Amino acid sequence: MIRINITSVFVDDQAKALEFYTEKLGFIKKHDVPTGDARWLTVVSPANPDGVELLLEPDGHPAAKPFKKALTDDGIPFTQFAVDDVYAEVDRLKGLGVQFTQDAVDMGPVVTAVFDDTCGNLIQLATMK
Amino acid sequence: MDVDLFKAIGDATRRTILDELTEKDGQTLFEICGRLTMKHGLTSSRQAISQHLAMLEQAGLVHTRRQGRYKFHHIDTSPLRSIVERWPIDREEPNP
Repeated sequence: MIRINITSVFVDDQAKALEFYTEKLGFIKKHDVPTGDARWLTVVSPANPDGVELLLEPDGHPAAKPFKKALTDDGIPFTQFAVDDVYAEVDRLKGLGVQFTQDAVDMGPVVTAVFDDTCGNLIQLATMK
Repeated sequence: MDVDLFKAIGDATRRTILDELTEKDGQTLFEICGRLTMKHGLTSSRQAISQHLAMLEQAGLVHTRRQGRYKFHHIDTSPLRSIVERWPIDREEPNP
């Protein structure tokens, strides 16, 4: 049976990304393998350490940066993470200095918020009701 | 000016955008699109919403503000004053 084992986010600096994704967001480093001038660098949720890994992938390809910029210009998040309580998570992350482009908003079946991951992406937080 | 103003508020989607900006001022294009889709069931494309916002901006009802890498949309209801200046609203009559 096919299943998702990894998903990725393009980051401008892997070391900075690792710091942000672990120390601010609370992910745990899973794999860190040197691969030439970059690293195979993944993090996982402490809630599911054997679950889907998030690859912090370098955005060195010439198409990656314009793509990221175009999304950010319109405020569009690149991907979404689930949290138990968006309102509480927004408060917690703001306390750590994380910048939000959208505070928690009740969108009907879901409450969402959008923050800047400091690596060139906007990320959506979601709590399904 | 008036033509732009009346055209801007003559469309239901644009009025809904103004409603949502009244509820929370300062939104990205993404948030506005999300609210229209999720809260109002409107299925306009991002490009269409962007054009609606351009018309609202032309009428002076919406201003955009760049903050770092993001652009936020803010409502400005002051152009609406020209409507009541043109057709003043009578004092409310007490109920008979």
